[in-house]
Amino acid sequence: MTELQADRASETLTTPRIETRSFRSRYRDILIALVAFAVLAALPFFFGSKALLDFVIRCSAFGLFATSLNLLVGYTGMISFGHGMFFGLGAYGFGLLMQRTGVPIPVAFVATLAITAVFAAIIGAICVRLKEIYFAFVTLAFQMLIHSTILTWASLTGGDQGLRGGIPRPVFFGIDLANHVHLYITSCALLVLGLLLMRQIAQSPFGYTLRMIRDNARRASFIGIDVWRAKLTIFVLAALFASTGGMVMALFVSGAYPEFAYWTISGEGIFINMLGGVTTFLGPMVGTVLLLILNDTVTRYTEYHGIVLGVVILFFAIGLRKGLMDYVLEWYAQRRDGPGERG
Amino acid sequence: MLDIRELSKSFGGVKATDNVSLDFADGSLTAVIGPNGAGKSTFFNLITGALRPDSGEVMLDGVDLAGKSPPEIVRHGIGRAFQVASIFPSLTVQETMLAAVCADQRRSTVLHRRFPLVETRDRAEHAMELLGLANKRHRTAATLSHGDQKLLDIALALVLDPKVLLLDEPTAGMGTEERWRMIDKVRELWETQKITVVFIEHDMDIVFKIAPRIVVLCYGRILATGTPDAIRRNDAVIEAYLGTEDHAEAVT
Repeated sequence: MTELQADRASETLTTPRIETRSFRSRYRDILIALVAFAVLAALPFFFGSKALLDFVIRCSAFGLFATSLNLLVGYTGMISFGHGMFFGLGAYGFGLLMQRTGVPIPVAFVATLAITAVFAAIIGAICVRLKEIYFAFVTLAFQMLIHSTILTWASLTGGDQGLRGGIPRPVFFGIDLANHVHLYITSCALLVLGLLLMRQIAQSPFGYTLRMIRDNARRASFIGIDVWRAKLTIFVLAALFASTGGMVMALFVSGAYPEFAYWTISGEGIFINMLGGVTTFLGPMVGTVLLLILNDTVTRYTEYHGIVLGVVILFFAIGLRKGLMDYVLEWYAQRRDGPGERG
Repeated sequence: MLDIRELSKSFGGVKATDNVSLDFADGSLTAVIGPNGAGKSTFFNLITGALRPDSGEVMLDGVDLAGKSPPEIVRHGIGRAFQVASIFPSLTVQETMLAAVCADQRRSTVLHRRFPLVETRDRAEHAMELLGLANKRHRTAATLSHGDQKLLDIALALVLDPKVLLLDEPTAGMGTEERWRMIDKVRELWETQKITVVFIEHDMDIVFKIAPRIVVLCYGRILATGTPDAIRRNDAVIEAYLGTEDHAEAVT
């Protein structure tokens, strides 16, 4: 009774607020994306360092991949251990199309997305009905299947040597991806555009359908949601963004290697999500930057970098029990609301 | 009209629902009572598609829904709330309502617009007002009190504009005073929304006071149906259930 009354008293003040928020938030997201792109695009004019640009390109590739994984893990509650297969598929699909057919880059890009969508729809149709742990196992199994196919089908994929001889990069729309700065700007554009699209998915009615499935799939089906179809849809959509990440990677290294399709890529995706946190949209992006910095610095000092990374993940998983951005968000919420109000 | 014909379901050798035939007129209010294990929840699960009946029909306005999936049945107009409040813990009350309306409008896969949609708001707003949750709209469901979670569960069913609303023990886990508040709410919804309401209830005082019609289930069969007075005087009911009322209440 008293709790009820207290609720009423404290909440009457905050009633008509959300109405306009979502409409403004869309433009806010676009604005943030434009500013971020402008800052990234201006970077080469202030810093001549090739290493820095390389770093951002790798962040783009892995950021797209990890954020798309979060659409499954964080938003829908589907823990995929095989998401890396679509990263590999993107790299190999794009590389092979460019090497063998000589189509313009935009055509190869779209064709690779189409191929990925077909693969994801077939694999997803088999996987998404499965419950948590089985879903994880079977996605992992498909990852291994694709990896071993790449290794054994040497006449097409180059086997364990990967796609060698470089990926041709004909100029399109005045963009020359053989030029390092052009490649850099294109990667940044793909990253920012990809993040913006994924953000839109997360905030759309479909995004809330995903959250409902994560929270309580049974209840979702009892308000008329076709859970299986929604899961399959997000599985395919997430695969497309992972594939885009793989294409950025293929362009960056001018080739494709079996490691891109190995399960450790999926593992890194999960690691990045734990590092950055899955409750915020940008958590995986922050995790990507952290992991790549960690990787680069630790490997410089010790050959036992696996141990260092292991300790870091244990610290986040057992020590903090959440990712960095989750931590920041909580800290921010506490500051805003004052101590003791939330609990 | 909801017309149940010869509905049966067995688990192993146990007949959880045994040849049950019942009809619920449009706009009626019916209470389903019966001892623990009488098959009340199974009966609801069969109607809503959570379980597939072995045989029988679930006719809603001439369409047989038996064996269809829960989403299909919901879209035909049978909404339900659960014994243990079944909600979305991390969503706020308002998000829950908006998302549910989107599902009802077949907009749950809309990608290109932002949430919430303009057309969706009024219905969500209306449901929140009806259930008295409007002033808690920005609270996440997990932080609501037990009673409010039950209300939110009902709101989730109601916001879909169902023809038939099935409430599985709306007063479960509540104190006496809260029970009465909840059941008044159910009655108010039934009166104002002009929908068919069927609810499961353990508290005999509530059932006899509120329900114009009572169905008594026992071992999966219908023991009796009728007005409160008729049920009170029914020998079979007295023997099987009411005679041990005190005992039954102590158990639940």
